[in-house]
Amino acid sequence: MLEIRDLAVEVAGKLILKGINLHIGEGEVHALLGPNGSGKTSLIMAILGFPEYKVVRGSIKFKGVELTSLTTDERVRLGIGVAFQRPPAIRGVKLADMLILCKKTRQKKKEEAGETKAVEGELLDEDVLNAAKRLKFSEDFLRRDVNLGFSGGEAKRAEILQLLIQDPDFFLFDEPDSGVDIENVELIGEVINEMLQRDKKPSQRKKSALIITHTGFIFNYVKADRAHVLLDGRIACSGMPDEIIRQIMEEGFEKCVRECLTKENT
Amino acid sequence: MRREEVGEVERAENEKQLVEFPDEHKERLLMSGVDLSGKERSGSFIQKDTQILLALARHAGLEVMPIAEALETHEWLAEYFWKAVPADADAYTKATHREKEVKGVFVRAKRGVKIPFPVQACFFIASEHTAQKVHNIIIAEEDAELHLITGCATPEKFGSAVHIGVSEFYVGKNAKMSFAMIHNWSSEVGVRPRSAAIVEENGTFISNYVCMEPAKSIQMYPSALLVGENALATFQSILYGRGNAKIDVGSKAVLAAKGSRAEIISRAVATENAEITARGEIVGNSAGVKGHLECRGLLLSSSAKIHAIPALRASHSDVELSHEAAVGKIAEEEVRYLMARGLSEEEATSFIIRGFLSIDIKGLPPKLASQVQRMVQLSAEKLL
Repeated sequence: MLEIRDLAVEVAGKLILKGINLHIGEGEVHALLGPNGSGKTSLIMAILGFPEYKVVRGSIKFKGVELTSLTTDERVRLGIGVAFQRPPAIRGVKLADMLILCKKTRQKKKEEAGETKAVEGELLDEDVLNAAKRLKFSEDFLRRDVNLGFSGGEAKRAEILQLLIQDPDFFLFDEPDSGVDIENVELIGEVINEMLQRDKKPSQRKKSALIITHTGFIFNYVKADRAHVLLDGRIACSGMPDEIIRQIMEEGFEKCVRECLTKENT
Repeated sequence: MRREEVGEVERAENEKQLVEFPDEHKERLLMSGVDLSGKERSGSFIQKDTQILLALARHAGLEVMPIAEALETHEWLAEYFWKAVPADADAYTKATHREKEVKGVFVRAKRGVKIPFPVQACFFIASEHTAQKVHNIIIAEEDAELHLITGCATPEKFGSAVHIGVSEFYVGKNAKMSFAMIHNWSSEVGVRPRSAAIVEENGTFISNYVCMEPAKSIQMYPSALLVGENALATFQSILYGRGNAKIDVGSKAVLAAKGSRAEIISRAVATENAEITARGEIVGNSAGVKGHLECRGLLLSSSAKIHAIPALRASHSDVELSHEAAVGKIAEEEVRYLMARGLSEEEATSFIIRGFLSIDIKGLPPKLASQVQRMVQLSAEKLL
């Protein structure tokens, strides 16, 4: 579904990603780990097409379509969704408004794919309200300005809720488990697991994801297929998530990489 | 002609003018919250240029009349005239004071009466080069409740004119008065409202001001003097400046009695060459008073200007006054966030501006509050 070839990205004149190769197939969940500053968030921003992240070399193909010439919203409408690490607060825009946006984007995507005809319905409907309840949000909470004064857990759950409603084909998660207490990680993990259809048989999974995590907690709840370690702008090694995480925990990033220097992903 | 005959001719003429009000002008008025059909309004006052077309009260315990008539009917009213706003305050008050024939509206909710629907007052300038000077007195007596919506407008395409409105609000003990003023001027009109409120014990005065249509220049600094214990005043303004508009809007609250409180909130958006000065001042000189000022400005062009000038003056040790002011351009991060949910850059920008302008319209009866909100959103949609 997502194919990144030799991607090099500059931010404020500095080369942050130095030739990334990554292939995520349909139904696959990949993890991205690495020390702070290695470029993990930059990769997500580059996939989304935020202009501060300049692609100086390489290509990003999604469902066979080259993304680098498309705007962020064009890419999103092809079926990409993102849960940000620290989403901004927007005064006067309520969480409910965001949910309505996500629902509209999901409908547009379906229309463009020829799946459904345009439906004029009550956008803040049963589905949306049930999803909100699932993520432990009361109706009152939905009327709050999005992310304004939200606790860490509330902000993360709100991001997941928006994705739950948008239902993209490819999910980007930027540290869904950081700064959140165990209970929230559990709930978020369960919902992510479901959104990514991890309980279905591998051949029946249609959703793909790239999950950035610093701690690996999320993998107590979501089964990943492959993990990559990003070090200094390059994918230094890839392998089975459990193994990689264990090596990082036991020996730190550098040692883990040294262990698999010869296993560089091509 | 006998006096009654003159009166009748006048009334007939006024009615004719009301009936013949051009549709586009009616639209302008609706955008200011004034419905000529009088639907869901407890009282109506319509003044066109210097002519009072209608003054009608539909509820027992409510008085709506031309100010000149009120001064004749109630001897005590003379005491209220120029009490809250001093006649020699500035050139504009002096000019209004000098007028031989006083125009404007007198609205009074009598003691204990809660007026169910808002009273609407409309000041419409239809003739170019008019200087419309009005002096209004609004009274909510003890335990009364009164909601007022004032729409001031000109036709959309209009030459120069001036509107000076002196308004004095008197809120009695335990009374509640809310006031929404919507300005729909056009770009060559100069506006100078001068208003002041005096709020008694446990009284509540809430003022909401919306100006989305440009005038050439608007300068106003309404104030509330809280003289009774635990009185409350809230000022909210929503301003959108474009073209070459010069808008200087502020509010002042003087917390002169124990336990009184004030909140001043403003949102200003400036684009093109507009210049907006948003002032706010809270004076605390009594025990246990609380005041908060919040001013936010959004600049949409490189030649627009916003000056936020919050001021807190405390001369008593037992006060809690605070302010926050922030001016800036639209945050890129917020635009990107919305784009990441499927909106184009343009759509995201409009979304953010509309969100910025939608503060909770406090204190007005729910229907009126949502009406005002809707008008703000409609104006915003037109502009964006």
